[in-house]
Amino acid sequence: MHGLQPGEQPSPRTNPVIPGTSDDGTLSEDPGKRAPCVLGDRSFEDVTNIVCGYAEAKMPKPWLAALTITSSIAALGTGMILYLIITGVGVWGLNNQVDWAWDITNFVFWIGIGHAGTLISAILCLLKQNWRTAVNRSAEAMTIFAVICAGIFPGIHVGRVWFAWFLAPIPNSNGIWPNFRSPLLWDVFAVSTYATVSLLFWYMGMIPDVATLRDRAYMRLTKGVSRPMAIPMPIGNDIIVPQLPKPDQIRVLIYGIMALGWRFSSRHWHRYEKAYLILAGISTPLVLSVHSIVSFDFATSIIPGWHTTIFPPYFVAGAVFGGFAMVLWLMIPLRMILPNFSDLLTLRHLENMAKILLLTGTMVGFAYGMEFFIAWYGANEFEFAAFADNRVNPAKAPYWWAYWTMITCNVVFPQLFWFRKMRQSPLVIWIVASAVTVGMWFERFVIIVTSLHRAFLPGEWHMFFPTWVDILTFVGSCGIFMTLFLLFLKFLPVFALAELKVVMPQSHTHDDH
Amino acid sequence: MPSMNPKDLISFAADYFPMVFKKPAPKYVSESGNRVYGMVAEFHETPKVYHAAEMVRDAGYSIWDVHTPFPIHDIETAMGIKTTKLPMMAGIAAIIGVTIGVLLQWGTTAYLYPTVVQGKPFGAWEPFVPIMFELGVLLTAFMCIFGMLALNGLPRFHHPLFSHERFYKVSDNRFIICIESNDPKFDPTATRALLEKAGGTEIALIEDED
Repeated sequence: MHGLQPGEQPSPRTNPVIPGTSDDGTLSEDPGKRAPCVLGDRSFEDVTNIVCGYAEAKMPKPWLAALTITSSIAALGTGMILYLIITGVGVWGLNNQVDWAWDITNFVFWIGIGHAGTLISAILCLLKQNWRTAVNRSAEAMTIFAVICAGIFPGIHVGRVWFAWFLAPIPNSNGIWPNFRSPLLWDVFAVSTYATVSLLFWYMGMIPDVATLRDRAYMRLTKGVSRPMAIPMPIGNDIIVPQLPKPDQIRVLIYGIMALGWRFSSRHWHRYEKAYLILAGISTPLVLSVHSIVSFDFATSIIPGWHTTIFPPYFVAGAVFGGFAMVLWLMIPLRMILPNFSDLLTLRHLENMAKILLLTGTMVGFAYGMEFFIAWYGANEFEFAAFADNRVNPAKAPYWWAYWTMITCNVVFPQLFWFRKMRQSPLVIWIVASAVTVGMWFERFVIIVTSLHRAFLPGEWHMFFPTWVDILTFVGSCGIFMTLFLLFLKFLPVFALAELKVVMPQSHTHDDH
Repeated sequence: MPSMNPKDLISFAADYFPMVFKKPAPKYVSESGNRVYGMVAEFHETPKVYHAAEMVRDAGYSIWDVHTPFPIHDIETAMGIKTTKLPMMAGIAAIIGVTIGVLLQWGTTAYLYPTVVQGKPFGAWEPFVPIMFELGVLLTAFMCIFGMLALNGLPRFHHPLFSHERFYKVSDNRFIICIESNDPKFDPTATRALLEKAGGTEIALIEDED
């Protein structure tokens, strides 16, 4: 029976593009016709098999190799965190003048990346953008993992980590309460609310799809086609261990618990859809509030270069920009490695996301220009110096290269997408997404370090140099992120199955449309 | 969710705590002596199941359900489902969240632990807005998800439908209408005839093995 073997895939399409072009059939600009969201005349069963098949297949060797590398990097990062906790924040390159540097740069970088998931799930859901179904699940997963990485840095940079619970508004024996008038405490609430709501949103979206995985594993068990447990070997055949439970038995148990006994009932779907809509409605202001509040950490201080009212919208646009770049950066290679995924994530979807990159990149570029303009127009010499002397001018600013890397990556690169050929080429999109990811890290570095290293008094000016612990902690956080993402790719439904089926033409209740 | 009829409530509780509550005597018993849970029929296409749902609704059934791999657009009308109270519950949760935000911040900052920070007034409301908002969102989200699950009677890991082997195809591409034997209009022959007329295939009785 088709689809009953674990990991069985429908055969990929023989001619995935229109002959003579690179168009997969979704790029035509015909206003009378909507581009299909799922290509290749796939049936519901095909879509289920594509999405579940990869989650049920044996662990592929390249995946194992990648996981080995990323988890080693993650372990290295964890080691750096332990080293920091045992020794103290002196192992970082922070000093009296630059007392926030890579730690907060990394925090803002990761929390920014974490904005694309909720934006795709919530805002595009409210705007009824059907193409979001191609990426919403992976973007939400990426959001959770990015927020986990983000949460590490403020947690460990406080120095004495064991006092981090002072941030929580709980009565303690000292009779001390946190200062609710501080943006840093708003940040604690914003980020923890965001992490909780994103996790719940992701999990709720996954309940029906995990139930599908549960049902498939159960059917294989009852039909006796389950594979025995095998230990994957880097070279040669896997070692079969019949004494252990079969993978499908473990799947039934774990997916079964995760699915909460979902029965695909229409009465349940009705409440589920209502809950999803309300969540989308409240997540939209939430996602806008989180990076606004992160920007208040800077904007409410009086440091030149931080003390600007443009920060909240500028940070939000930058977060969406960086988040979409990361989604594209992760999904384009995946789409190449797993051919059937390109039927679900079409060139049209990539083009739409490239357009969002262009829009948000231009907004960020406008904000850079406006910051500069206001620094000049406001006639505040400290603020003007923060831009002209400390960022832009190579003759005066030691960190000029960071500023110009940021401008090149964030403002110049996305302009390629004005050309249709460019935003229809996955390779170009991937290169721009990589540039944007680098550029957004530098944006936070520029804001934090170049503003701090030269404040009001020249006597306290000080450079910042990262130590090896700084560098390896950041690399380690990338390892943690990639490890979690690889585990997600292998063990959970990477596409929102039920939502994909809704946007397929067979889901319409009337034959005429 | 069951109706407020005491018999239904006991039956509902017995699903979760079979060692405490005993199910009321069944209306219908299968040949093997098990209680009959209901009757299922399969459909393969969305328009067919939609029209079948309209027929079941028009025939006057009330305790029945359509199991579909994805939420069918406007199936609520075809089934005659009333809009859920979830939005109201979420709204109440939002108000509670904001209230907690007000009491927590104002109470601690103005009364329990007033601290001079840059000479700002202790009771000013402006700095409290972000956390009021965040707590409102947090409680709304909790209510959306946990309220949705509670109204749906989930988690519930055992259900008579799971004993029906063909039911597992619902998560893939099959549509199943299930009319429960608790329905006042349920009658093995008449219900079967209705489901056949509606175009259902593989019509079967589901037994509840308890």
